[in-house]
Amino acid sequence: MIDKTTTVSKALENVTCGMSVMVGGFGVPGTPFLLINGLLGSGADRLILIKNEANEAGLGVSLLLEAGRVSRLITSHLGLNSLAIAMMNKKEIEVNFYPQGILAEKIRAGGAGLLAIVTDIGINTILRREENVVQLDGREGMIEPALRANIALIHAAKADRAGNLVYEKSARNFNPLMATAADLVIAEAEEIVETGEIPPDQVHTPGAFVDHVVPIGELLPEYGVLKHHVR
Amino acid sequence: MSVNIKEKIARRAAQEIRPGQVVNLGIGIPTLIPDFLPPDLPLTIHSENGILGAGEITLAAKADRNLIDAGGAYISVVPGAAFCDSALSFSLVRGGRLNLAFLGALEVSEQGDLANWIIPGKFAPGIGGAMELAQKARRLIITTTHTTKKGEAKILKNCTLPLTARRCVDMIITELAVIKVEPDGMVLTEIAHETDLDTVLRLTEAPLEIAEGLTTF
Repeated sequence: MIDKTTTVSKALENVTCGMSVMVGGFGVPGTPFLLINGLLGSGADRLILIKNEANEAGLGVSLLLEAGRVSRLITSHLGLNSLAIAMMNKKEIEVNFYPQGILAEKIRAGGAGLLAIVTDIGINTILRREENVVQLDGREGMIEPALRANIALIHAAKADRAGNLVYEKSARNFNPLMATAADLVIAEAEEIVETGEIPPDQVHTPGAFVDHVVPIGELLPEYGVLKHHVR
Repeated sequence: MSVNIKEKIARRAAQEIRPGQVVNLGIGIPTLIPDFLPPDLPLTIHSENGILGAGEITLAAKADRNLIDAGGAYISVVPGAAFCDSALSFSLVRGGRLNLAFLGALEVSEQGDLANWIIPGKFAPGIGGAMELAQKARRLIITTTHTTKKGEAKILKNCTLPLTARRCVDMIITELAVIKVEPDGMVLTEIAHETDLDTVLRLTEAPLEIAEGLTTF
């Protein structure tokens, strides 16, 4: 039987400085806090980080930014992290913004082995890049290169030993896309079950995409409800 | 901005939702719209982080750590809801399945251009879903205060800030007025009880055609 379960340190043993790292999550749901802590502990720096947003100050990937480990951030929106915005304004990190669904689609294309997508989103805005503009059936579009990374850090609610993953509610977000788009895919899971226990119809990410599965064990406090977001 | 102003705008905006529509409620004023909808109105609320069938904001005791909306609020879902990944979530938007989106604005032009994502050198939190919602929702309604905090016009002949999308706005709802964006310019269709025509015209830079059946709200 295939068994992909391992520890955080073993899963991350080949991480080196300058690598590109995709991190799942949209806010707290789906953010792999345990793996992020492991990456922080690895000491790797000059990382190129790819994440929908940068969590909030003091939380998740913001800890990597605050520790000076990130040289470039490829993202969609930093509205909830004023610290990340301040670092961007002080040019301590380079930030590349993409429309949220285009970021998702660039990652999806990377995972699908495509070179690029063509989109008209932002074509009449400052995002327009003349050198990337093409005509298709009389319409203008822009070539957006596909996006892949060296590593993807994924959070799943459930995994089996073969690496099949199930996400929960709004914690799915970028995770299944990123799980296809990196050379090394590491998933942490809240629950590990024996292979065969997840019905094949209910698998969100097939195990063939996943290299390592790390059991989370007891949930760290950062996985919980953020009190300041409760009305 | 006072609560009353926000609620007035949200109350009027709620009237634009038709039964059965798929609707996205942007951050800020649009999140108040559900408070003013008939309780039995069938609709599907889309949240960019991968929810179709978003429900109400939950109280602390019921907050689910795995269930937030795109603004970070803990919410419930309605019966028949579905979760999806971020790519599918925006397939719905760009593919033309989103009937209606509500967004805020920094500026709107006479032609329906929208600027709401960046003030160069001052405010640049990123793009998020705004460009795709603005450009691809079948109908886009802007809910905003009529002027800036300094009292300057937001509804302009031309936008001065970088655009979110060109010619995308169908209607603007402010605390003072309801304005439709037509192919040949803006039409003032309603003014608030609390104001008068001169005030609305003075606080709007874009030329407004006054609808024949101008009403109050």
